[in-house]
Parts: sequence; structure tokens; C-alpha cells
Amino acid sequence: MGRTLADKVYDAHVVRRAEGEPDLLYIDLHLVHEVTSPQAFDGLRLAGRPVRRPDLTIATEDHNVPTTDLLKPIADPVSRTQVETLRKNCAEFGIRLHPMGDAGQGIVHVIGPQLGLTQPGMTVVCGDSHTSTHGAFGALAHGIGTSEVEHVLATQTLPQVKPEMMAVTVNGSLPAGVTAKDLILAIIAEIGTGGGQGHIIEYRGQAIRELSMEGRMTVCNMSIEAGARAGMIAPDETTFAYLKGRPNAPQGADWDAAVEYWTSLRTDDDAVFDKEIVIDAATLTPFVTWGTNPGQGLPLAASVPDPAAIEDPTERQAAERALEYMGLTAGTPLRDVAVDTVFVGSCTNGRIEDLRAVADVLRGRRVAGGVRMLVVPGSMEVKAQAEREGLHEVVSAAGAEWREAGCSMCLAMNPDKLTPGERSASTSNRNFEGRQGPGGRTHLVSPAVAAATAVTGRLAAPADL
Amino acid sequence: MEAFTVYTGRAVPLRRSNVDTDQIIPAVWLKQVSRTGFDKGLFSAWREDPSFVLNQPQYADAGILVAGPDFGTGSSREHAVWALQQYGFRVVIAPRFGDIFRNNSTKMGLLPVVLPAETVAALQDQAERDPAAEITVDLERREVRGGAVTASFEIDDYTRWRLLEGLDDIGLTLRYADDIAAFEAERPSYKPVTTV
Repeated sequence: MGRTLADKVYDAHVVRRAEGEPDLLYIDLHLVHEVTSPQAFDGLRLAGRPVRRPDLTIATEDHNVPTTDLLKPIADPVSRTQVETLRKNCAEFGIRLHPMGDAGQGIVHVIGPQLGLTQPGMTVVCGDSHTSTHGAFGALAHGIGTSEVEHVLATQTLPQVKPEMMAVTVNGSLPAGVTAKDLILAIIAEIGTGGGQGHIIEYRGQAIRELSMEGRMTVCNMSIEAGARAGMIAPDETTFAYLKGRPNAPQGADWDAAVEYWTSLRTDDDAVFDKEIVIDAATLTPFVTWGTNPGQGLPLAASVPDPAAIEDPTERQAAERALEYMGLTAGTPLRDVAVDTVFVGSCTNGRIEDLRAVADVLRGRRVAGGVRMLVVPGSMEVKAQAEREGLHEVVSAAGAEWREAGCSMCLAMNPDKLTPGERSASTSNRNFEGRQGPGGRTHLVSPAVAAATAVTGRLAAPADL
Repeated sequence: MEAFTVYTGRAVPLRRSNVDTDQIIPAVWLKQVSRTGFDKGLFSAWREDPSFVLNQPQYADAGILVAGPDFGTGSSREHAVWALQQYGFRVVIAPRFGDIFRNNSTKMGLLPVVLPAETVAALQDQAERDPAAEITVDLERREVRGGAVTASFEIDDYTRWRLLEGLDDIGLTLRYADDIAAFEAERPSYKPVTTV
């Protein structure tokens, strides 16, 4: 029987297989940040264990970093201690670190691909659930907890049980004005937050093939929001063109050998998935969330749903609670929902194409009165590129704030937060209660919808302007 | 890791679905660099509401949390597991768990038990009717017993063995250091390194 893409990558990394035990899987790349690593390094120290492969490990500061005043010490002493702890640990264990202020600093899932470190056929882990982003390259990439971070540091392996395989096939082409973010929000609404549980999702079909690498990263990034272990897309010419010439991409004869191998990384025609859903791209429109989990989403043209119409009692209760938290009334058109803040950034939508999409909408327009808009590049390199293109001037001229790189308001561990009751349109990945600040209300949107929403002050698509 | 064999104690009914790890332990608590003190952050936003179930005195000292489907979705933060354990929970029962949370739990000795939604609802009903009622979670027999409910649950043999013995995964893996070295020797030269 044929094998899936994920089978092929998984099988190529099995160090040891024994009856009745999990497989021991080799890890090609371990990404580290300040939040989920300190207790892991402590564990190593207590046991007197070294980091087995510092040369397969890379660290960055992203979750806590302020997006203003980079040259000053971090004002929050607890955040500062966490960042300083990472610096000490990286120095002690010999791990390459991109600290605040460094030209290579950025969100962990932005810098891996940017450096060319994320490549097809690799296994990639990080103590962060959005590690699924790297699956866009045909890598097997997933988030791990701190115990596993310590395990990978010590052994460069992880005990794993092979997940089941799920195909999400998106036929046809996305209509004009519909983006990768709209697509993944629609997929999550379709299958639910537990729909991919226990599975690796492979995204396939024409609409996926037609996405840029950055669009593919947006899709794979939110696989975890559908409950999946990982998301993957088979590498192709788009992938190779993106990687060629990047600092850590193979060169010369190594490049040719790598491309030959990468080309074999596709699901065999006779492979069987444990689960499959098919989506018709032509039916999709700009998509936004209305509730407090990423599966609670609808087309922008729809209205806030009526919980009474939901049959499943658990879902109904969840919807009732979500509407109460979100301060929304059933039947309100989503286009009538007014926002206070617009956040553009995160590992979902903080890359250069996202910023270009935002600038395209903002060019010659103004952010609506009373609306605060933050534009936070995913990395210092994305920021530099945007500035070379003059995007920062477009953003500033529109009245939005142009910031330094970091995770920022995606999870509000730094000073960028919503206040209680404040409502945002956000290009990030989670609309959980309090995610962007205690009492904050989040609507997940694409960069284009975020920019249009900033202009009108209400949820809107560029076509509405 | 703390070993887990059998636990008998009271249960707290948490009648919510999609209890994500941001609710279990909000991000502000993740700035700590130690492994302790997370009990104060457990459900800290929800605990501000006096009527929240964990604030009700009849559920003090309960060691079993009985929650709705998709418990522990979202972020990979193991702090969620630490917070539950440090608060006093030994077991979480739910119809479905987020994969990473479930995995993190089994690394730390917090037992995640998957039971059908009806059984979970029956356990919640029982804990509401009689908060003092005790439930036994028996990992050896893979069984939950409490009041009228006796239900078996699934857990793979290897994870069960690790939990029963309280074994350290890293120590187990390091027995195969030679296999790891042999695998490394065969890795293709085009695989990247992070060193500049």
C-alpha cells in the first residue's frame, strides 16, 4: 500500500522501533523561546545532562518582548527575568540565540523559514503549539510541552506514536479577495476544534497548490486550532524557489541532492487516509470568528448565530456563553460589529505578504477615528524588508502604529493588550477568552479584512470600501 | 514523575466544552522560570467569579476534574498541567482532550481519562447531587468507579506502565544512545545545522 507524505517523513526519522513501545523519532530542528524552556534547562542542570545537539537547536526571544523602546530594558521585571534566563541558558549550553534588538530576532515560526532552516522532509519541534506552521514545507512539525523540550535537548529524539492521517482537499481556486486565512478559518469552522484530534492533516488540492509559501504557512499554522497534531503540504517548485539561496538552505551539490529527495515527498496515489474532507474553494468568502474558539466562525456576510437554533446541547451552551462573553446579540450582521483595536501580526499573519496586503488596503486611506491599529512585523527581517518597500510609511500615514517584531497582542504577554470589554479584529490565531488581555474580545480575521476593518471601524472586507 | 496507580477522591464538575489552556492558566502566569506556584493561576480569570465551581466550598480538596469535550485545547504550555497538579488534581476526565495537553499530562503523572460524553455527564450529575461522593480512578484496572457508574477507559500499555512506575522518559531514552548515534551517522549532509 502507498504511503502518505507524513508517513514518509515519519518513517525516515525512526531511530528505534520495538513492539509495545512508542517509536523513537529523531528531531532535525529544535526551536526554543523564552517561555517554555527555562524549566527544561533547569531539568538538564539538575540531572547533569548536556544538550546533545546545540547545532540543531536555535533560540529567539519573542513572546515577552515589547514592540517599542527596544533599546531600553524590559519594564516588566518578570518578563525581563524570563528573557535574561534564556540568554544565560543559551550561553551555558552553547545554543545560537537571536536576542531582542538583533537583526535576526523574530517570532520563532517566522525566523526558521526565513533562515531556510525549515526544509522539506525534516522533523521540527518547539515548545509552542504553532510549530505546525513549518509543515508548509513538507516538514513534520509539532508543538511540545516543557518535559518534551527537555527530552529533545537531552536526546535529540522524542518517543512518538504515529498519528492517524487526515486529508483536507481544497478543490478549485480561491475567488479574488479570499485568502489563506479565510480558507483555514472556514476549514476549522467545518471540522471543529477537535476535528483533527489525533491526526496529521495534509492539505491538498488545487487551491493549496496555488498558495504562496506564506499562505501555506498561514494554513498549516492553524492546524492546531482544528485539534490536529500537525499540518503538512507536499513540497513543490513553490517550496524550492522559496528556499533557494536562503542562509541555511543547502548549496551546490547538496542542493541538488536535497531537491531530488524533496521531490519524492508526496503522498502516493494509492495511499489511504484515515479521514478525508473535501472543500470547494469557489464557495469561500472572507471569513471571521464571532465566538471564543476558532471553530466559531462564519462568512463576513453572515449574522451572529442564534444559539437556540443549535441542536447539540454542548455546542448550544458554548455558543450562549461565547455570545455573552463577546457582548454580541444573535442576529446582528457581522458587518455591524464595531471594533476598538485592530492587530496585524503573529506567526499566523506577520510575514511580508501579510504586511503588503494590509498596506494595499491602507494606501491613501485613514484608520477610523477611535480605532487603534497595531502593525507588528513577525521578525526584524520582515520589518526591514517592509521598510525597504515603504510599507511603514503607508501604515503610519494611515494613522496606524508601526512596531518592532514579536508575538505582541497575539497572546498579550508583552505590554500590547486589550483592556476589559475592548474588541479587536486580529490576524492572530486564537480568540479564546482573555487571550489578548483579560476581558478582551477577539475576532480572528485575515490581514485584508483587518485593514478594511480599521478603515471603517466595523468588520469589513476591502470590497466594502 | 509521580507514579499513578489508584486514586480515590471527590470530583468537581466543570460543565464547559473547549476549556483551552489559556483558561486553565492565562499567559500572564507563564512568565515564571520556576516549576512551582502555578496553583494560584489555575483558572484565575474564572475564579474571579464567586459562583465558579472551584470557589464552592463543597468541592474543596477534590482531586478529580470532570470536564466537557475538548479539554486542554490550544497552547502547548505544560504550565496547564503543573497548575492542575499543584492545585491538587490527580485526574481529569473528559470526552476528548487536546493532543498536546494529554501528552504533557502523561509526562507529569496527571492522568487524563477519556470517557463517553454520557458517562462524563453522569459523573458530573453525581458530583452535583452529592459533592462528597468519591470516585475511584484505577489505572491498574483501567476503570472509573463511582456511585452508579462503572466505566472502563482506554490507555495504551506503554503509557500506563510509565505512569504506574512513575518513570523518567529521558532516562528511558538514553538507554538507546547508541541507536541515536548510529542514526546520526547516517543523516544526509544536506540537512541543515543552526551554527553560523
